[in-house]
Amino acid sequence: MANIKFSRKVFEKEIGKLNEEMQQKIALFGTTLENFNDDEIELEIFPDRPDLLSYQGFKRGFLGYLGKKNGLKEYKVHAPEKDFEVKVDSSVKDVRPYTTCAIIKGLKLDDNKIKELIDLQEKIHTTLGRKRKKLAIGIYPLEKIKLPIEYKALEPDKIKFIPLESPKEMSGLQILQKHPTGKEYAHLLAGKAKFPIFIDAAQNILSMPPIINSELTGRITKTTKDVFIECSGFDQETLNKCLNIIVTTLGDMNGKIYQMKVKDKITPDLSTQKSKISLENVNKTLGLNLKEKEMQELLQKMGHSYKNGLVESPSWRTDILHEMDLIEDIAIAYGYDNFEPEIPQISTIGEENKEEIIKRKISELLIGLNMIETSNYHLTKTQDQFTKMGIGEKQEKGAVHVEESKTEYDLLRKDLTHYTLKIFSENVDAEYPQKTFELGRVMPLNNQGDIVEKEKLSIGVTPGNFTDTKQILDYLGTSLGIELTIKEQDKSDTHFIDGRSADILLDEKPIGTIGEIHPKILNNWRIKMPVALLEIDLTEIFNKF
Amino acid sequence: MEKLIDSLSPNEKKVLPHLEDPISEICKKSNLDKVAVLRALDFLANKELIELTTEKKKIIDVDVNGALYRKKGLPERRLLLLLDTKRIIPLQEAQKESGLSADEFKASIGALKKKALIDLKNGKIILNASKEEVSKKSLEEMLLEVLPLEESSLTPEQIFAIKILQKRKHMILTEETKLIQITITDLGKEIMHSKELGRELIEQITPEILRSEKNWKGKKFRRYDLSIPAPRIYGGKRHFVNLSTDYARKVWTEMGFKEMKGNLVVSSFWNFDALFTAQDHPVREMQDTFFIDKKTELPDKKIIERVKLAHEKGIGGSRGWRYNWQEEDSKKMLLRTHTTSLTSQTLAKLTEKDIPAKFFAVGKCFRNETVDWSHGFEFNQTEGIVIDPDANFRHLLGYLKQFAKKMGLEKVRFRPAYFPYTEPSVEGDVWDEERKEWIELFAAGMLRPEVTTALFGKHIPTLAWGPGIDRIIIKMLGIKDLRDLYKNDLNQLRNIKTLIRI
Repeated sequence: MANIKFSRKVFEKEIGKLNEEMQQKIALFGTTLENFNDDEIELEIFPDRPDLLSYQGFKRGFLGYLGKKNGLKEYKVHAPEKDFEVKVDSSVKDVRPYTTCAIIKGLKLDDNKIKELIDLQEKIHTTLGRKRKKLAIGIYPLEKIKLPIEYKALEPDKIKFIPLESPKEMSGLQILQKHPTGKEYAHLLAGKAKFPIFIDAAQNILSMPPIINSELTGRITKTTKDVFIECSGFDQETLNKCLNIIVTTLGDMNGKIYQMKVKDKITPDLSTQKSKISLENVNKTLGLNLKEKEMQELLQKMGHSYKNGLVESPSWRTDILHEMDLIEDIAIAYGYDNFEPEIPQISTIGEENKEEIIKRKISELLIGLNMIETSNYHLTKTQDQFTKMGIGEKQEKGAVHVEESKTEYDLLRKDLTHYTLKIFSENVDAEYPQKTFELGRVMPLNNQGDIVEKEKLSIGVTPGNFTDTKQILDYLGTSLGIELTIKEQDKSDTHFIDGRSADILLDEKPIGTIGEIHPKILNNWRIKMPVALLEIDLTEIFNKF
Repeated sequence: MEKLIDSLSPNEKKVLPHLEDPISEICKKSNLDKVAVLRALDFLANKELIELTTEKKKIIDVDVNGALYRKKGLPERRLLLLLDTKRIIPLQEAQKESGLSADEFKASIGALKKKALIDLKNGKIILNASKEEVSKKSLEEMLLEVLPLEESSLTPEQIFAIKILQKRKHMILTEETKLIQITITDLGKEIMHSKELGRELIEQITPEILRSEKNWKGKKFRRYDLSIPAPRIYGGKRHFVNLSTDYARKVWTEMGFKEMKGNLVVSSFWNFDALFTAQDHPVREMQDTFFIDKKTELPDKKIIERVKLAHEKGIGGSRGWRYNWQEEDSKKMLLRTHTTSLTSQTLAKLTEKDIPAKFFAVGKCFRNETVDWSHGFEFNQTEGIVIDPDANFRHLLGYLKQFAKKMGLEKVRFRPAYFPYTEPSVEGDVWDEERKEWIELFAAGMLRPEVTTALFGKHIPTLAWGPGIDRIIIKMLGIKDLRDLYKNDLNQLRNIKTLIRI
């Protein structure tokens, strides 16, 4: 999520007092008021509205919503002057194929505006630009550049310029290896034979997108009046929208927007997006009874224009994919607080999942035996699932790793038993006897290497012996009306004592195990009390009901 | 006073006549063990019949080795006796003849050298003391003989000897004991001599007593001290998180919803693609989602084709995301990041005749997060959907309001929001009266036509919302740390309060 910060003073001067009502309005416009103090206001901007990622953009949208400036906002766009051109060499095709460019003249920048511009650029990089992967933006002072410009790709060692924040000239490869920003984004050019550059008519390299600008031509200051803007990336339409967001923001800062010739196109293109809308669909979706005129007014509040079933939306909106997106804008303009909530009379019958009902019955029975229900993570650690259960590294099988985890928990649990012991191990200070149970999902691998999810029940008793758990098993069987028998294990599981462990059978089919835990396993868990436990796969039991 | 006598327990009565004796005597005379006597004394003190004063004392006594050497003599004494007969003796020979262990021998040499009773020269021990010096008892020996001693009564010599002996293993130890002094109050004295004391009272009612009326008729029951706390007992209990998910189940079914159930490990297809989440969306990166290095088969070709179309060119009147959708990417498995993966699977199975329909899901969801007080990699989510050709935005708000009300949350407000698969989208806040603030509770919206059309074949208005359960549990139970939900601290589980709602 991206947040924007701007001056409260400017907001109150240009938009209105930040009183309770205004705070409410901000939230109802769909921009969460995250924080504010005497100096600053911080808003959260949803990812579908990158056009609101600057104060200028927010002001434009919000003034409309407040009804202060209605309808489609128009910007004057000037045709390209002489040499306002970016040639695109075919060498960029395999690296970063597209660019859209513009020139803005007559800016009066101050520290605030420069900061706003850089923030907007960075925020678009992380959101719409997918961390510069999909698109990157460069803004340059025009007075340092000799037009026309060329966008092309060169072998990394042939690229040589002084990147921003560097005292000396570096090659393309050196930038990726040594420059902090270069290292951060190196993966975006890794493995490419050629790197893309913008280079001016004086053969000065302006930048190496999407990594970094040149120190000589890549920094705007308070004295900068005219700027050259480029967006480079992989998706022509996203680049167009992005450029439109930037140039209209600069337009709002009183800059004059000039087009450039880019390959065979003229950019930026600020023509509106036209979509059809049906009043009937609007009213049916929102449960309202709007007249066409009212709908028109609501659309205008959100910056659109409407005429005869056709909506024109501003060229900087990236989120209008469907009529439904316009309907949401109408709902926002109507005010979420103005909708009358209603419960429709449709008759449906509620129904719980059968397995959940059976699980609840089982837990009720066990609670009657004074047992405490526990609940553990579905992810576990190798240490707990294997090592402490006496299973050596080479025998570890049947459990699945997640590809990356930010914690030590990186394994799907394949049983509940190890968690039962973990609980006993962590509760040596709690009063004994301790009797616990857990009903939950395990995700082991089957012989074919597929993950098979199962609902399981585990029960642990400490201090406890075989008989203690056998009694519980018998009670469960009797109460559920199913015949649970046991059969001594031919070869006991590693964690059990040989001769004190058995398979649990339902209709002759093994569905679980029961037994006393071997002292060496108790020792691994630092448990000083005898433990007996059982674990049952509930699948067959579910089938009984 | 009669009441007081009636409330004396049998043990108190047994102890009462012997209060002037020391405690060990009381034990003997009352025929009770020390624990029972001390308890009875406590009770008597509570009734103000006696006053108890305790005095802590430190007693120095012999430890295991000390006790042994007190009998056999200290090792250095044994070595000294040997030297007294031989005066000069090689080290090895001395150890053998003295019968001391290596450790004892070493300690003895050290002790004697310190006192300058011997010299060591050329591997031989030479006695360097007169007969009187040899026969004179050392301070340590004198101390061992008189132990135990109370710490406050020690002479400077004894303190010196203690310091030496403390350096040697298991020679002496310090024990702390409590000396209890009984002072009988006036009331106590009166009751001690009361004739009423001998009267028989009924203690625990037993089946024997109940067998015949004469056993209890006209007799007095001993009065209990009702202020004594009863020992704690613990019952069986469900885990509070599961109680909450069960409560959510109850709310949903009461509202006419049917439960959806499915796997925790699902394909990216159901979790993301079917929900119109573009393949380059940040949530689909490894830093955010637990992916598993496995691929799974996708459903029905027809549905895959429609989902592909929804992403690439748009479906049902949409412009789509316009990129090349990769079928292989959608096969990648993951731990579901939301229960909406069940919604997408359910919609794909639905037919025209099932509609209108209402479904819900409750369950665990996952995201690759570090763990701290407000974050975890597992969380509970619940979610409901209403598939109804006549459903509209006002209905959605109506359901949200009703759901909140069933959880005891009356005041609700709605704000615009963004989710990739809903439009319009809503965020619902509930008012926390205690903290006087809005708490974000619902994520909701109407499923995008791109989702419904791809999964169902045509667009049917579908309302969807999901309150986060963990957040409500924490609030209702006053838990400060999210990690406590899965700590399984038995003390916490045994003592946690049971809530009527949630």
